[in-house]
Amino acid sequence: MIEAENIEDQNGLRPDGRRALELRQIRVKMGVFGQADGSAYIEQGNTKILVTVYGPHQPRGSTGRNTSNISKGIVNCQYSMAVFSLSSGERKRKPRGDRKSQERSLQLKHAMEAIIHLEIYPRSQIDIYVEALQVDGSEYCVSVNGATLALIDAGIPIKVIYKTTNILQFSLKKSFVIKFIATLFLQNYAIGCTVTLINNPSLEDEDNTLEKGVLDANYVEECTPGVTLSVVALPNNDSTLKDGLIVVAQGAGQRLHLSQFESLKARVLYGCQDIRTILDHAVREYLTEQSLPSLFHVALN
Amino acid sequence: MEEYPPIIVRLAINRIDLNLIKNENVQPRIYTPGEEISSQPDFLRGHGTYVDDENTLRASVAGVLEKVNKLISIRPLKARYQGEIGDVIVGRITEVQQKRWKVDTNSKLDSVLLLSSVNLPGGELRRRSAEDEQTMRRYLQEGDLICAEVQSTFVDGSLSLHTRVLKYGKLSQGIMLKVSPALVKRKKTHFHNLESGASLILGNNGYIWIGANKQDSDRSEGGFTQDLSRIPQVNREVCARLRNCILILAQCNIQLTDTSVTYAYEESMKYKINELLEPEIMIDVSLLTHQRLIQQ
Repeated sequence: MIEAENIEDQNGLRPDGRRALELRQIRVKMGVFGQADGSAYIEQGNTKILVTVYGPHQPRGSTGRNTSNISKGIVNCQYSMAVFSLSSGERKRKPRGDRKSQERSLQLKHAMEAIIHLEIYPRSQIDIYVEALQVDGSEYCVSVNGATLALIDAGIPIKVIYKTTNILQFSLKKSFVIKFIATLFLQNYAIGCTVTLINNPSLEDEDNTLEKGVLDANYVEECTPGVTLSVVALPNNDSTLKDGLIVVAQGAGQRLHLSQFESLKARVLYGCQDIRTILDHAVREYLTEQSLPSLFHVALN
Repeated sequence: MEEYPPIIVRLAINRIDLNLIKNENVQPRIYTPGEEISSQPDFLRGHGTYVDDENTLRASVAGVLEKVNKLISIRPLKARYQGEIGDVIVGRITEVQQKRWKVDTNSKLDSVLLLSSVNLPGGELRRRSAEDEQTMRRYLQEGDLICAEVQSTFVDGSLSLHTRVLKYGKLSQGIMLKVSPALVKRKKTHFHNLESGASLILGNNGYIWIGANKQDSDRSEGGFTQDLSRIPQVNREVCARLRNCILILAQCNIQLTDTSVTYAYEESMKYKINELLEPEIMIDVSLLTHQRLIQQ
Protein backbone atom coordinates (compact mmCIF):
# COMPACT_ATOMS: atom_id res chain seq x y z
CA MET A 1 0.00 0.00 0.00
CA ILE A 2 1.15 3.48 -0.82
CA GLU A 3 2.04 5.69 2.08
CA ALA A 4 0.11 8.88 2.45
CA GLU A 5 3.21 11.06 2.54
CA ASN A 6 4.27 9.87 -0.85
CA ILE A 7 1.26 11.45 -2.35
CA GLU A 8 1.75 14.88 -0.91
CA ASP A 9 5.37 15.15 -1.87
CA GLN A 10 5.28 16.22 -5.45
CA ASN A 11 4.60 19.95 -5.34
CA GLY A 12 0.89 19.61 -5.00
CA LEU A 13 0.70 17.09 -7.79
CA ARG A 14 -0.82 13.67 -7.47
CA PRO A 15 1.00 10.38 -8.08
CA ASP A 16 0.03 10.40 -11.74
CA GLY A 17 0.93 14.04 -12.19
CA ARG A 18 -2.52 15.53 -12.10
CA ARG A 19 -3.63 18.51 -10.10
CA ALA A 20 -6.27 18.11 -7.44
CA LEU A 21 -9.21 19.06 -9.60
CA GLU A 22 -7.94 17.54 -12.79
CA LEU A 23 -9.83 14.67 -14.37
CA ARG A 24 -8.28 11.82 -16.27
CA GLN A 25 -8.64 11.65 -20.02
CA ILE A 26 -12.13 10.62 -21.02
CA ARG A 27 -12.74 8.77 -24.23
CA VAL A 28 -16.18 7.82 -25.38
CA LYS A 29 -17.56 5.61 -28.10
CA MET A 30 -21.27 5.18 -28.58
CA GLY A 31 -23.18 2.58 -30.52
CA VAL A 32 -20.48 -0.07 -30.26
CA PHE A 33 -22.91 -2.98 -30.58
CA GLY A 34 -25.29 -3.53 -33.46
CA GLN A 35 -27.65 -5.89 -31.71
CA ALA A 36 -28.26 -3.95 -28.51
CA ASP A 37 -30.70 -1.05 -28.40
CA GLY A 38 -28.00 1.16 -27.00
CA SER A 39 -24.39 0.75 -26.05
CA ALA A 40 -21.42 2.81 -25.00
CA TYR A 41 -17.76 2.32 -24.22
CA ILE A 42 -16.10 4.75 -21.91
CA GLU A 43 -12.52 5.13 -20.74
CA GLN A 44 -11.58 7.36 -17.88
CA GLY A 45 -7.86 7.00 -17.62
CA ASN A 46 -7.26 3.29 -17.27
CA THR A 47 -10.76 2.50 -16.10
CA LYS A 48 -12.53 0.98 -19.06
CA ILE A 49 -16.21 0.16 -19.01
CA LEU A 50 -18.57 -1.28 -21.58
CA VAL A 51 -22.30 -0.76 -21.15
CA THR A 52 -25.17 -2.22 -23.15
CA VAL A 53 -28.83 -1.37 -22.85
CA TYR A 54 -31.61 -3.63 -24.04
CA GLY A 55 -35.16 -2.43 -24.05
CA PRO A 56 -37.65 -1.27 -23.17
CA HIS A 57 -39.02 -4.71 -23.89
CA GLN A 58 -41.52 -7.21 -22.55
CA PRO A 59 -40.28 -8.58 -19.23
CA ARG A 60 -39.21 -12.17 -19.55
CA GLY A 61 -38.31 -14.77 -17.01
CA SER A 62 -38.86 -14.31 -13.31
CA THR A 63 -39.27 -10.54 -13.44
CA GLY A 64 -42.12 -10.87 -15.91
CA ARG A 65 -44.31 -12.85 -13.57
CA ASN A 66 -43.92 -10.37 -10.78
CA THR A 67 -46.62 -7.96 -11.88
CA SER A 68 -46.78 -6.03 -8.64
CA ASN A 69 -45.79 -2.77 -10.31
CA ILE A 70 -47.80 -2.46 -13.46
CA SER A 71 -47.80 1.29 -13.85
CA LYS A 72 -44.03 1.63 -14.03
CA GLY A 73 -41.24 0.08 -15.97
CA ILE A 74 -38.61 -2.12 -14.39
CA VAL A 75 -34.91 -1.41 -14.51
CA ASN A 76 -32.62 -4.37 -14.37
CA CYS A 77 -28.93 -3.75 -13.82
CA GLN A 78 -26.09 -6.17 -13.89
CA TYR A 79 -22.61 -5.08 -12.93
CA SER A 80 -19.82 -7.47 -13.69
CA MET A 81 -16.08 -7.21 -13.61
CA ALA A 82 -14.05 -9.14 -16.10
CA VAL A 83 -11.77 -11.69 -14.46
CA PHE A 84 -8.73 -9.88 -15.84
CA SER A 85 -9.92 -6.42 -14.89
CA LEU A 86 -8.10 -5.85 -11.61
CA SER A 87 -5.13 -3.56 -11.93
CA SER A 88 -3.30 -5.21 -9.08
CA GLY A 89 -2.65 -8.16 -11.34
CA GLU A 90 -4.49 -11.00 -9.68
CA ARG A 91 -7.42 -12.66 -11.38
CA LYS A 92 -10.92 -12.38 -10.09
CA ARG A 93 -12.67 -15.63 -9.29
CA LYS A 94 -16.17 -14.78 -10.34
CA PRO A 95 -17.01 -12.02 -12.79
CA ARG A 96 -20.42 -11.41 -11.20
CA GLY A 97 -22.61 -12.54 -8.38
CA ASP A 98 -20.26 -11.73 -5.55
CA ARG A 99 -21.17 -9.25 -2.84
CA LYS A 100 -19.37 -6.32 -4.39
CA SER A 101 -20.95 -6.75 -7.80
CA GLN A 102 -24.38 -7.23 -6.31
CA GLU A 103 -24.06 -4.05 -4.30
CA ARG A 104 -22.81 -2.16 -7.32
CA SER A 105 -25.71 -3.45 -9.39
CA LEU A 106 -28.15 -2.22 -6.79
CA GLN A 107 -26.51 1.19 -6.52
CA LEU A 108 -26.47 1.50 -10.27
CA LYS A 109 -30.13 0.59 -10.38
CA HIS A 110 -30.97 3.36 -7.93
CA ALA A 111 -29.10 5.89 -10.01
CA MET A 112 -30.73 4.77 -13.24
CA GLU A 113 -34.22 4.63 -11.81
CA ALA A 114 -33.74 8.23 -10.78
CA ILE A 115 -33.12 9.49 -14.28
CA ILE A 116 -35.28 7.28 -16.51
CA HIS A 117 -38.86 8.37 -16.83
CA LEU A 118 -40.32 4.96 -16.02
CA GLU A 119 -43.95 6.09 -16.05
CA ILE A 120 -44.01 6.17 -19.82
CA TYR A 121 -42.91 2.55 -20.04
CA PRO A 122 -45.60 0.68 -18.13
CA ARG A 123 -45.08 -3.07 -17.79
CA SER A 124 -41.84 -3.08 -19.72
CA GLN A 125 -38.29 -3.73 -18.70
CA ILE A 126 -34.99 -2.02 -19.40
CA ASP A 127 -31.84 -4.09 -19.02
CA ILE A 128 -28.53 -2.40 -18.35
CA TYR A 129 -25.44 -4.58 -18.47
CA VAL A 130 -22.19 -3.10 -17.28
CA GLU A 131 -18.91 -4.86 -17.90
CA ALA A 132 -15.78 -3.49 -16.31
CA LEU A 133 -12.89 -4.40 -18.58
CA GLN A 134 -10.21 -2.68 -16.59
CA VAL A 135 -10.49 -1.22 -13.15
CA ASP A 136 -8.31 1.65 -12.06
CA GLY A 137 -10.39 3.48 -9.52
CA SER A 138 -13.74 5.29 -9.74
CA GLU A 139 -15.28 2.33 -11.56
CA TYR A 140 -18.74 2.89 -10.13
CA CYS A 141 -18.82 6.47 -11.34
CA VAL A 142 -17.48 5.59 -14.75
CA SER A 143 -20.13 2.92 -15.12
CA VAL A 144 -22.83 5.45 -14.26
CA ASN A 145 -21.46 7.76 -16.93
CA GLY A 146 -21.34 4.90 -19.42
CA ALA A 147 -24.86 3.78 -18.59
CA THR A 148 -26.14 7.32 -19.14
CA LEU A 149 -24.54 7.40 -22.57
CA ALA A 150 -25.93 3.99 -23.46
CA LEU A 151 -29.41 5.13 -22.46
CA ILE A 152 -29.07 8.18 -24.65
CA ASP A 153 -27.95 5.94 -27.49
CA ALA A 154 -31.01 3.76 -26.98
CA GLY A 155 -33.28 6.78 -27.26
CA ILE A 156 -34.70 6.38 -23.79
CA PRO A 157 -35.92 9.67 -22.31
CA ILE A 158 -33.85 10.86 -19.41
CA LYS A 159 -35.46 13.22 -17.02
CA VAL A 160 -36.36 13.82 -13.47
CA ILE A 161 -39.62 13.17 -11.84
CA TYR A 162 -39.11 13.71 -8.17
CA LYS A 163 -37.65 16.61 -6.41
CA THR A 164 -36.91 15.43 -2.95
CA THR A 165 -34.77 17.24 -0.53
CA ASN A 166 -31.75 15.66 1.02
CA ILE A 167 -32.54 12.34 2.54
CA LEU A 168 -29.55 11.39 4.51
CA GLN A 169 -29.47 7.87 5.69
CA PHE A 170 -26.70 6.94 7.96
CA SER A 171 -25.92 3.35 8.47
CA LEU A 172 -22.77 2.22 10.05
CA LYS A 173 -21.58 -0.81 8.21
CA LYS A 174 -19.12 -3.14 9.78
CA SER A 175 -16.40 -1.27 11.57
CA PHE A 176 -15.41 1.88 9.75
CA VAL A 177 -17.04 2.16 6.42
CA ILE A 178 -19.67 4.83 6.46
CA LYS A 179 -22.34 4.57 3.90
CA PHE A 180 -24.84 7.24 3.35
CA ILE A 181 -27.11 7.85 0.49
CA ALA A 182 -28.33 11.32 -0.14
CA THR A 183 -30.77 11.52 -2.92
CA LEU A 184 -31.71 14.56 -4.80
CA PHE A 185 -32.50 14.96 -8.38
CA LEU A 186 -31.87 17.58 -10.97
CA GLN A 187 -32.48 17.36 -14.63
CA ASN A 188 -30.15 15.97 -17.26
CA TYR A 189 -27.37 13.45 -17.23
CA ALA A 190 -26.43 11.34 -14.31
CA ILE A 191 -22.78 11.95 -13.88
CA GLY A 192 -20.56 10.17 -11.46
CA CYS A 193 -17.36 11.46 -10.05
CA THR A 194 -15.27 10.42 -7.12
CA VAL A 195 -13.56 12.57 -4.60
CA THR A 196 -10.95 11.27 -2.27
CA LEU A 197 -9.89 12.90 0.90
CA ILE A 198 -6.26 12.39 1.56
CA ASN A 199 -5.72 13.07 5.19
CA ASN A 200 -2.47 14.60 6.08
CA PRO A 201 -2.48 16.71 9.20
CA SER A 202 1.05 18.03 8.81
CA LEU A 203 0.38 20.58 6.10
CA GLU A 204 -2.07 22.70 7.97
CA ASP A 205 -0.73 26.13 7.17
CA GLU A 206 -0.42 25.70 3.42
CA ASP A 207 -3.42 26.21 1.27
CA ASN A 208 -2.93 22.83 -0.25
CA THR A 209 -5.64 21.89 -2.63
CA LEU A 210 -4.90 18.20 -2.43
CA GLU A 211 -5.91 18.19 1.18
CA LYS A 212 -9.45 19.14 0.50
CA GLY A 213 -10.02 16.15 -1.71
CA VAL A 214 -8.96 15.11 -5.17
CA LEU A 215 -11.26 14.38 -8.08
CA ASP A 216 -11.53 11.24 -10.17
CA ALA A 217 -9.37 9.06 -8.00
CA ASN A 218 -7.38 6.27 -9.54
CA TYR A 219 -6.61 2.96 -7.90
CA VAL A 220 -3.58 4.18 -6.00
CA GLU A 221 -5.45 7.08 -4.54
CA GLU A 222 -8.38 4.92 -3.59
CA CYS A 223 -6.02 2.72 -1.61
CA THR A 224 -4.78 5.57 0.52
CA PRO A 225 -6.06 5.78 4.06
CA GLY A 226 -8.78 8.27 3.29
CA VAL A 227 -12.40 8.22 2.39
CA THR A 228 -13.50 8.00 -1.20
CA LEU A 229 -16.93 9.26 -2.01
CA SER A 230 -18.57 8.17 -5.22
CA VAL A 231 -21.10 10.83 -5.99
CA VAL A 232 -23.72 10.59 -8.67
CA ALA A 233 -25.08 14.00 -9.44
CA LEU A 234 -27.50 15.14 -12.02
CA PRO A 235 -25.99 18.48 -12.86
CA ASN A 236 -27.77 21.29 -14.57
CA ASN A 237 -26.58 23.27 -17.54
CA ASP A 238 -26.06 26.35 -15.46
CA SER A 239 -24.40 25.64 -12.20
CA THR A 240 -27.49 26.31 -10.12
CA LEU A 241 -27.05 23.06 -8.36
CA LYS A 242 -29.68 22.04 -5.97
CA ASP A 243 -29.29 19.23 -3.55
CA GLY A 244 -29.48 16.04 -5.51
CA LEU A 245 -26.87 13.37 -5.43
CA ILE A 246 -26.37 9.78 -4.66
CA VAL A 247 -23.35 9.34 -2.52
CA VAL A 248 -21.62 6.07 -1.93
CA ALA A 249 -18.75 6.08 0.47
CA GLN A 250 -16.09 3.51 0.37
CA GLY A 251 -13.23 4.18 2.63
CA ALA A 252 -10.23 2.32 3.78
CA GLY A 253 -10.52 3.08 7.41
CA GLN A 254 -11.42 6.62 8.24
CA ARG A 255 -14.67 8.23 9.02
CA LEU A 256 -15.66 11.38 7.30
CA HIS A 257 -16.71 14.26 9.43
CA LEU A 258 -19.90 15.85 8.26
CA SER A 259 -18.31 19.30 8.32
CA GLN A 260 -16.01 18.23 5.53
CA PHE A 261 -18.82 16.96 3.43
CA GLU A 262 -19.95 20.33 2.14
CA SER A 263 -16.57 21.28 0.74
CA LEU A 264 -16.18 17.82 -0.79
CA LYS A 265 -19.58 18.16 -2.35
CA ALA A 266 -18.69 21.47 -3.91
CA ARG A 267 -15.60 19.95 -5.43
CA VAL A 268 -17.23 16.85 -6.72
CA LEU A 269 -20.04 18.80 -8.34
CA TYR A 270 -17.46 20.90 -10.07
CA GLY A 271 -15.99 17.67 -11.45
CA CYS A 272 -19.41 16.40 -12.51
CA GLN A 273 -19.98 19.62 -14.38
CA ASP A 274 -16.78 19.10 -16.32
CA ILE A 275 -17.60 15.49 -17.13
CA ARG A 276 -21.05 16.50 -18.29
CA THR A 277 -19.58 18.98 -20.75
CA ILE A 278 -17.28 16.30 -22.14
CA LEU A 279 -20.03 13.71 -22.47
CA ASP A 280 -22.47 16.18 -23.99
CA HIS A 281 -19.89 17.02 -26.60
CA ALA A 282 -19.34 13.33 -27.31
CA VAL A 283 -23.08 12.73 -27.75
CA ARG A 284 -23.40 15.64 -30.13
CA GLU A 285 -20.46 14.47 -32.19
CA TYR A 286 -21.77 10.94 -32.39
CA LEU A 287 -25.22 12.07 -33.46
CA THR A 288 -23.89 14.38 -36.14
CA GLU A 289 -21.93 11.50 -37.60
CA GLN A 290 -24.81 9.10 -37.43
CA SER A 291 -27.64 11.22 -38.76
CA LEU A 292 -29.90 9.21 -40.93
CA PRO A 293 -30.91 10.67 -44.28
CA SER A 294 -34.49 10.14 -43.24
CA LEU A 295 -34.04 12.81 -40.61
CA PHE A 296 -32.78 15.51 -42.90
CA HIS A 297 -36.12 16.69 -44.12
CA VAL A 298 -37.04 17.43 -40.54
CA ALA A 299 -34.22 19.84 -40.09
CA LEU A 300 -35.16 21.91 -43.08
CA ASN A 301 -38.43 23.28 -41.84
CA MET B 1 -12.63 -32.02 -49.20
CA GLU B 2 -14.50 -28.89 -50.05
CA GLU B 3 -12.71 -25.65 -50.70
CA TYR B 4 -13.54 -23.00 -48.15
CA PRO B 5 -13.17 -19.34 -48.98
CA PRO B 6 -10.23 -17.67 -47.23
CA ILE B 7 -10.98 -16.11 -43.88
CA ILE B 8 -10.25 -12.41 -43.73
CA VAL B 9 -9.12 -11.00 -40.43
CA ARG B 10 -8.60 -7.30 -39.95
CA LEU B 11 -7.67 -5.15 -37.03
CA ALA B 12 -10.10 -2.79 -35.40
CA ILE B 13 -7.87 0.09 -36.43
CA ASN B 14 -8.59 -0.68 -40.08
CA ARG B 15 -12.29 -0.30 -39.55
CA ILE B 16 -13.97 1.88 -42.12
CA ASP B 17 -16.72 4.33 -41.42
CA LEU B 18 -19.57 3.18 -43.62
CA ASN B 19 -21.68 6.22 -43.01
CA LEU B 20 -20.29 8.08 -46.00
CA ILE B 21 -23.37 9.36 -47.65
CA LYS B 22 -24.13 12.53 -45.84
CA ASN B 23 -25.82 15.64 -46.88
CA GLU B 24 -23.03 18.08 -46.16
CA ASN B 25 -24.86 21.30 -46.79
CA VAL B 26 -27.78 20.53 -44.51
CA GLN B 27 -26.74 19.68 -40.99
CA PRO B 28 -29.70 19.13 -38.72
CA ARG B 29 -29.79 20.85 -35.38
CA ILE B 30 -29.15 18.18 -32.77
CA TYR B 31 -30.55 18.41 -29.29
CA THR B 32 -29.01 16.58 -26.36
CA PRO B 33 -30.83 15.64 -23.15
CA GLY B 34 -31.33 18.61 -20.89
CA GLU B 35 -30.89 21.16 -23.62
CA GLU B 36 -33.28 24.07 -23.57
CA ILE B 37 -35.70 24.14 -26.49
CA SER B 38 -37.85 27.09 -25.62
CA SER B 39 -38.73 29.15 -22.61
CA GLN B 40 -41.96 30.45 -24.02
CA PRO B 41 -44.98 28.97 -22.29
CA ASP B 42 -47.23 28.67 -25.34
CA PHE B 43 -45.80 25.41 -26.65
CA LEU B 44 -47.23 21.95 -26.30
CA ARG B 45 -44.95 19.32 -24.93
CA GLY B 46 -44.52 16.27 -27.17
CA HIS B 47 -42.51 13.08 -26.97
CA GLY B 48 -38.94 13.41 -25.84
CA THR B 49 -39.41 16.67 -24.00
CA TYR B 50 -40.28 17.81 -20.53
CA VAL B 51 -40.93 21.02 -18.67
CA ASP B 52 -38.77 21.90 -15.70
CA ASP B 53 -39.52 24.07 -12.70
CA GLU B 54 -38.88 27.33 -14.49
CA ASN B 55 -41.37 26.42 -17.22
CA THR B 56 -38.60 25.85 -19.70
CA LEU B 57 -39.12 23.19 -22.32
CA ARG B 58 -36.16 20.85 -22.38
CA ALA B 59 -35.20 17.80 -24.41
CA SER B 60 -35.09 14.44 -22.67
CA VAL B 61 -33.62 12.43 -25.54
CA ALA B 62 -30.86 13.12 -28.03
CA GLY B 63 -32.23 13.74 -31.49
CA VAL B 64 -33.79 16.21 -33.88
CA LEU B 65 -36.66 18.59 -33.37
CA GLU B 66 -40.05 17.97 -34.91
CA LYS B 67 -42.60 20.72 -34.85
CA VAL B 68 -46.25 20.46 -35.77
CA ASN B 69 -47.89 23.85 -35.18
CA LYS B 70 -47.39 24.31 -31.45
CA LEU B 71 -46.52 20.73 -30.61
CA ILE B 72 -42.82 20.25 -30.12
CA SER B 73 -41.26 16.84 -29.91
CA ILE B 74 -37.74 15.50 -30.12
CA ARG B 75 -37.23 12.37 -32.15
CA PRO B 76 -34.33 10.16 -31.14
CA LEU B 77 -32.24 8.75 -33.95
CA LYS B 78 -32.48 5.25 -32.65
CA ALA B 79 -35.51 3.97 -30.78
CA ARG B 80 -37.85 1.06 -30.58
CA TYR B 81 -40.68 0.76 -33.06
CA GLN B 82 -43.70 2.88 -32.34
CA GLY B 83 -46.71 1.25 -33.96
CA GLU B 84 -49.45 2.95 -35.90
CA ILE B 85 -52.70 1.51 -37.16
CA GLY B 86 -52.34 0.05 -40.64
CA ASP B 87 -48.62 -0.70 -40.42
CA VAL B 88 -47.41 -3.90 -42.03
CA ILE B 89 -45.17 -5.75 -39.66
CA VAL B 90 -43.17 -8.95 -39.51
CA GLY B 91 -43.02 -10.61 -36.12
CA ARG B 92 -42.18 -13.75 -34.25
CA ILE B 93 -44.55 -15.66 -31.97
CA THR B 94 -43.19 -15.72 -28.42
CA GLU B 95 -46.07 -17.16 -26.46
CA VAL B 96 -49.36 -18.99 -26.97
CA GLN B 97 -52.01 -17.88 -24.48
CA GLN B 98 -55.76 -18.26 -24.07
CA LYS B 99 -57.38 -17.02 -27.29
CA ARG B 100 -54.31 -15.04 -28.26
CA TRP B 101 -50.73 -15.21 -29.41
CA LYS B 102 -48.01 -12.93 -28.19
CA VAL B 103 -45.79 -11.59 -30.96
CA ASP B 104 -42.36 -10.02 -30.71
CA THR B 105 -42.45 -6.99 -33.01
CA ASN B 106 -39.45 -4.95 -31.86
CA SER B 107 -41.73 -2.59 -29.93
CA LYS B 108 -41.66 -1.77 -26.24
CA LEU B 109 -44.13 -4.51 -25.38
CA ASP B 110 -45.08 -7.71 -27.13
CA SER B 111 -47.99 -7.36 -29.54
CA VAL B 112 -51.16 -9.39 -29.36
CA LEU B 113 -52.68 -11.48 -32.14
CA LEU B 114 -56.16 -12.53 -31.13
CA LEU B 115 -57.58 -15.83 -32.27
CA SER B 116 -60.59 -13.89 -33.53
CA SER B 117 -58.44 -11.76 -35.79
CA VAL B 118 -56.88 -14.53 -37.84
CA ASN B 119 -58.33 -16.40 -40.77
CA LEU B 120 -58.84 -19.99 -39.81
CA PRO B 121 -59.12 -22.70 -42.46
CA GLY B 122 -62.70 -23.07 -43.58
CA GLY B 123 -63.89 -19.63 -44.40
CA GLU B 124 -64.09 -16.13 -43.03
CA LEU B 125 -67.31 -16.44 -41.11
CA ARG B 126 -66.41 -19.52 -39.14
CA ARG B 127 -67.21 -19.44 -35.44
CA ARG B 128 -64.29 -19.89 -33.09
CA SER B 129 -65.11 -22.88 -30.96
CA ALA B 130 -63.45 -24.10 -27.81
CA GLU B 131 -61.78 -26.69 -29.94
CA ASP B 132 -60.03 -23.99 -31.92
CA GLU B 133 -58.66 -22.57 -28.70
CA GLN B 134 -57.20 -25.93 -27.80
CA THR B 135 -55.56 -26.40 -31.16
CA MET B 136 -54.11 -22.91 -31.47
CA ARG B 137 -50.64 -24.30 -31.38
CA ARG B 138 -51.40 -26.24 -34.54
CA TYR B 139 -51.74 -22.99 -36.45
CA LEU B 140 -48.99 -20.94 -34.93
CA GLN B 141 -46.50 -22.01 -32.32
CA GLU B 142 -43.63 -20.37 -30.51
CA GLY B 143 -40.90 -19.28 -32.87
CA ASP B 144 -43.07 -19.04 -35.97
CA LEU B 145 -42.71 -15.96 -38.11
CA ILE B 146 -45.79 -14.10 -39.21
CA CYS B 147 -46.64 -11.11 -41.27
CA ALA B 148 -49.55 -9.03 -40.02
CA GLU B 149 -51.13 -5.61 -39.92
CA VAL B 150 -51.63 -3.39 -36.88
CA GLN B 151 -55.31 -3.33 -36.06
CA SER B 152 -55.31 -1.08 -33.02
CA THR B 153 -53.08 0.19 -30.26
CA PHE B 154 -53.70 -0.16 -26.53
CA VAL B 155 -53.23 2.55 -23.92
CA ASP B 156 -49.93 1.14 -22.73
CA GLY B 157 -48.54 1.28 -26.26
CA SER B 158 -48.80 -2.39 -27.14
CA LEU B 159 -50.31 -3.35 -30.47
CA SER B 160 -53.15 -5.59 -31.54
CA LEU B 161 -52.53 -7.33 -34.85
CA HIS B 162 -54.72 -9.01 -37.43
CA THR B 163 -54.14 -11.29 -40.39
CA ARG B 164 -57.61 -11.14 -41.91
CA VAL B 165 -56.33 -10.46 -45.41
CA LEU B 166 -54.98 -13.40 -47.36
CA LYS B 167 -51.62 -11.80 -48.03
CA TYR B 168 -50.82 -11.89 -44.31
CA GLY B 169 -50.08 -15.03 -42.40
CA LYS B 170 -47.29 -17.42 -41.60
CA LEU B 171 -43.94 -17.02 -43.29
CA SER B 172 -41.73 -19.89 -44.31
CA GLN B 173 -38.77 -20.57 -46.54
CA GLY B 174 -36.72 -17.43 -46.32
CA ILE B 175 -34.53 -15.13 -44.27
CA MET B 176 -35.53 -12.59 -41.65
CA LEU B 177 -33.37 -9.53 -41.04
CA LYS B 178 -33.50 -6.93 -38.31
CA VAL B 179 -32.75 -3.33 -39.22
CA SER B 180 -33.54 0.01 -37.63
CA PRO B 181 -37.27 0.82 -37.94
CA ALA B 182 -36.36 4.30 -39.14
CA LEU B 183 -35.10 2.85 -42.42
CA VAL B 184 -38.52 1.62 -43.54
CA LYS B 185 -40.94 4.37 -44.43
CA ARG B 186 -44.68 3.83 -44.51
CA LYS B 187 -45.62 3.11 -48.10
CA LYS B 188 -48.63 2.01 -50.05
CA THR B 189 -47.24 -1.45 -50.50
CA HIS B 190 -44.78 -3.36 -48.41
CA PHE B 191 -44.94 -6.62 -50.35
CA HIS B 192 -42.64 -6.81 -53.31
CA ASN B 193 -41.95 -9.56 -55.78
CA LEU B 194 -38.48 -8.85 -57.07
CA GLU B 195 -37.32 -9.65 -60.57
CA SER B 196 -34.68 -11.94 -59.17
CA GLY B 197 -37.38 -14.35 -58.16
CA ALA B 198 -37.55 -13.65 -54.46
CA SER B 199 -40.24 -11.90 -52.49
CA LEU B 200 -39.56 -9.11 -50.06
CA ILE B 201 -41.62 -7.87 -47.15
CA LEU B 202 -40.44 -4.61 -45.63
CA GLY B 203 -41.99 -4.57 -42.18
CA ASN B 204 -42.54 -1.14 -40.67
CA ASN B 205 -41.07 -2.42 -37.43
CA GLY B 206 -37.67 -2.92 -39.01
CA TYR B 207 -38.01 -6.64 -39.56
CA ILE B 208 -37.39 -7.57 -43.18
CA TRP B 209 -38.47 -10.83 -44.73
CA ILE B 210 -36.82 -12.28 -47.81
CA GLY B 211 -38.86 -15.15 -49.15
CA ALA B 212 -37.30 -17.69 -51.46
CA ASN B 213 -40.45 -18.13 -53.53
CA LYS B 214 -42.73 -15.69 -55.21
CA GLN B 215 -45.76 -15.05 -53.08
CA ASP B 216 -47.79 -18.14 -53.68
CA SER B 217 -51.36 -17.58 -54.67
CA ASP B 218 -52.80 -20.48 -52.74
CA ARG B 219 -53.74 -19.02 -49.40
CA SER B 220 -57.06 -20.72 -48.99
CA GLU B 221 -55.95 -22.57 -45.89
CA GLY B 222 -55.56 -19.29 -44.07
CA GLY B 223 -51.87 -19.15 -44.69
CA PHE B 224 -50.99 -21.68 -42.02
CA THR B 225 -49.65 -24.39 -44.26
CA GLN B 226 -45.92 -24.49 -44.69
CA ASP B 227 -44.43 -25.42 -47.98
CA LEU B 228 -41.32 -27.31 -47.01
CA SER B 229 -40.24 -28.45 -50.43
CA ARG B 230 -36.59 -28.11 -51.32
CA ILE B 231 -35.50 -24.73 -52.66
CA PRO B 232 -33.05 -24.91 -55.54
CA GLN B 233 -29.53 -23.62 -55.00
CA VAL B 234 -30.04 -20.67 -57.36
CA ASN B 235 -32.91 -19.29 -55.33
CA ARG B 236 -30.99 -19.66 -52.13
CA GLU B 237 -28.10 -17.70 -53.55
CA VAL B 238 -30.50 -14.97 -54.61
CA CYS B 239 -31.78 -14.78 -51.05
CA ALA B 240 -28.30 -14.68 -49.57
CA ARG B 241 -27.27 -11.91 -51.95
CA LEU B 242 -30.40 -9.93 -51.13
CA ARG B 243 -29.68 -10.31 -47.44
CA ASN B 244 -26.17 -8.97 -47.80
CA CYS B 245 -27.41 -6.10 -49.97
CA ILE B 246 -29.99 -5.10 -47.39
CA LEU B 247 -27.31 -5.27 -44.70
CA ILE B 248 -25.17 -2.90 -46.75
CA LEU B 249 -28.04 -0.46 -47.18
CA ALA B 250 -28.85 -0.64 -43.47
CA GLN B 251 -25.24 -0.05 -42.45
CA CYS B 252 -24.97 2.94 -44.73
CA ASN B 253 -28.30 4.36 -43.56
CA ILE B 254 -30.00 4.25 -46.95
CA GLN B 255 -33.79 4.03 -46.93
CA LEU B 256 -35.08 0.58 -47.73
CA THR B 257 -37.52 0.52 -50.62
CA ASP B 258 -38.01 -1.96 -53.42
CA THR B 259 -36.04 0.33 -55.77
CA SER B 260 -33.08 0.77 -53.44
CA VAL B 261 -32.92 -2.96 -52.78
CA THR B 262 -33.14 -3.76 -56.49
CA TYR B 263 -30.43 -1.22 -57.33
CA ALA B 264 -28.14 -2.56 -54.65
CA TYR B 265 -28.82 -6.08 -55.87
CA GLU B 266 -27.95 -5.14 -59.43
CA GLU B 267 -24.82 -3.26 -58.42
CA SER B 268 -23.66 -6.17 -56.33
CA MET B 269 -23.70 -8.61 -59.23
CA LYS B 270 -20.03 -8.06 -60.03
CA TYR B 271 -19.03 -9.41 -56.62
CA LYS B 272 -19.37 -12.81 -55.07
CA ILE B 273 -21.99 -13.11 -52.35
CA ASN B 274 -19.54 -13.59 -49.51
CA GLU B 275 -17.42 -10.67 -50.68
CA LEU B 276 -20.35 -8.36 -50.01
CA LEU B 277 -19.59 -8.45 -46.30
CA GLU B 278 -16.20 -6.81 -46.74
CA PRO B 279 -16.15 -3.11 -45.87
CA GLU B 280 -14.53 -1.84 -49.10
CA ILE B 281 -17.08 -3.64 -51.21
CA MET B 282 -19.89 -2.49 -48.99
CA ILE B 283 -18.83 1.09 -49.60
CA ASP B 284 -18.57 0.54 -53.33
CA VAL B 285 -22.02 -0.98 -53.57
CA SER B 286 -23.59 1.64 -51.36
CA LEU B 287 -22.06 4.51 -53.29
CA LEU B 288 -23.21 3.10 -56.63
CA THR B 289 -26.69 2.55 -55.25
CA HIS B 290 -26.77 6.04 -53.82
CA GLN B 291 -25.72 7.46 -57.18
CA ARG B 292 -28.52 5.69 -58.99
CA LEU B 293 -31.06 6.74 -56.41
CA ILE B 294 -30.07 10.39 -56.83
CA GLN B 295 -30.24 10.21 -60.61
CA GLN B 296 -33.85 9.17 -60.45
